[in-house]
Amino acid sequence: MKADIKCESLRTAYGEALVELGKKDSRIVALEADLGKSTQSIMFGNAYPERYFQMGIAEQNMLSTAAGLALTGKIPFVSTFAVFASGRPYDQIRSSIAIPDLSVLICGSSAGLSDFGDGKTHQSIDDIGIMRVLPHMTVLSPVDAVETKQMMAAMLTHKGPVYLRINRNDLPVLTDSSKSYKIGQMTRVRDGNDVVIFAAGVMVSKSLEAADLLEKDGISARVVNLSTIKPLDTEELEKQCKGVKAVITAEEHNIYCGLGSAVAEGLSELALPISMVGVNDSYGTSAKGYEELLVHYGLTADAIAAKAKKLLNK
Amino acid sequence: MYSEERIKNLKKMAVRIRSNIIDMIPPGKVGHLGGSCSIADIISVLYFDRMKGLDPKNPKNPERDRLLLSKGHAVLAQYAALTELHYFGHEELAKVKTLGGMLQGHPDIEKTPGLEAVTGSLGQGLSVSQGIAMALKLDKKPAKVFCICGDGELAEGQIWEAAMSAVNYKLDNLCLFIDHNGVQATGTTKDVFPIENLGERWSSFGWHVVEIDGHDIPQILDGISEADKTKKVPTVIIAKTIKGKGFPFAEGKAQFHNAALTEEQYTECKSIIANMKKELGE
Repeated sequence: MKADIKCESLRTAYGEALVELGKKDSRIVALEADLGKSTQSIMFGNAYPERYFQMGIAEQNMLSTAAGLALTGKIPFVSTFAVFASGRPYDQIRSSIAIPDLSVLICGSSAGLSDFGDGKTHQSIDDIGIMRVLPHMTVLSPVDAVETKQMMAAMLTHKGPVYLRINRNDLPVLTDSSKSYKIGQMTRVRDGNDVVIFAAGVMVSKSLEAADLLEKDGISARVVNLSTIKPLDTEELEKQCKGVKAVITAEEHNIYCGLGSAVAEGLSELALPISMVGVNDSYGTSAKGYEELLVHYGLTADAIAAKAKKLLNK
Repeated sequence: MYSEERIKNLKKMAVRIRSNIIDMIPPGKVGHLGGSCSIADIISVLYFDRMKGLDPKNPKNPERDRLLLSKGHAVLAQYAALTELHYFGHEELAKVKTLGGMLQGHPDIEKTPGLEAVTGSLGQGLSVSQGIAMALKLDKKPAKVFCICGDGELAEGQIWEAAMSAVNYKLDNLCLFIDHNGVQATGTTKDVFPIENLGERWSSFGWHVVEIDGHDIPQILDGISEADKTKKVPTVIIAKTIKGKGFPFAEGKAQFHNAALTEEQYTECKSIIANMKKELGE
């Protein structure tokens, strides 16, 4: 991480934004499955106890209950760990929420490998795939605390269910706080002409580091923050590839069914080589620290740079 | 006591519901006859006596009482009633479960006016009903939420999650009917997955329990009235019913959970309905 970039907590941003939005809009309610102190939904609970529903460790009931609240004019934010917000209540999300296209806003917290100590049962390497396959579902993966807040404001006026994937650890702030977020936007965070790197979440800052490394080797890398993973605007995706000779994707997720797959599907009509950086079809493991775990799974600037060089034959 | 006319009208409506169900499954067309007929009398009392605020011109009237079929496969019974309430024309019944039809195989709120939730994947409707009840309480609206679950459906763990949370949130505006017909898709509940002592189970979870004969109109009215008087806790009405009720060849038989009628059976159903109507002076 560059020393001059400030790091902030996305979880705190989530809790603060819930409180701010809840003040403006009394339709907002929050549901939690006994992890509110971690997801920070507890901040909303402290501010508006009557609109905060502690549902206990019963995620399936929680998601279908949120559907009922949405059917009756409320805007439910549902939070728990990403593994328990996606796979565990999958059919409840599918049947009760996604089929009728209800505006239930689901926050998968401690996503990816970010819950580094808790190991494979708690690390979500499949949540993007699980959510992306559902028709009507929007999948967002904020790059930092600022984008988290901007996205939550955008989610509020969005029609249909949204899955927001939030990292547990403090991440570098890259987003301009004076702007607002439009669901579907992709943000170019660095210009370049030889290769484009599409990334989300923590992998955006890794990609920027990779671009610095590549620059030293005379390779000019473009970096795009693909924080809306679904829906993916194919035309815009193709535009972001204009002029480059290769495409790299970088994600904190299984290389199958995640951001890389989405990009490959979106670019299937272009004859561009694509290489993916992600978790190589395996589950997580416990580690002392987050960075150590990212290195273990090859989610590094070096790995991104190496893939770019390989595709460019350099 | 209830007036004779009130009871008779509800009985007549239950016959019309059964008649409409049969209209939806002409010979050769597969449909959930058994579980639809076991709730026909409960559906009649709910839609044509108890539920308020129903308006086919404004199906989303925020003040309306709600009915959710957690056992969504029995939606034929709900279609049968909704057409009598003029949410859609009788001609739609023939198009049930066809491409482009507004009446899907399981409840679909995007296609069918008058329905409240997407159900069919069993175990979820009680939780959705609970969410509606919570929202109504937040908005201080007096409307009531009714939900019907099957007894086979009680094997779904989510039902018991909702059983706990509805008590935690003191949802006295939520009333659950259990269609206790004792038969599920592949056999009797006793053989497939026994769930004995339902009253004790629900009572131990903190619900107010009422046990009735689910085909006896005054008992159904009594049960609902008791639920309406019960405060601070949700009420479950365990309704002893007969799968396929009304059509003796199908009664209590798992094979009519989801089946097609033969020409002979269909004709028999029509004749039974004609007799039922005659008995009620229709």
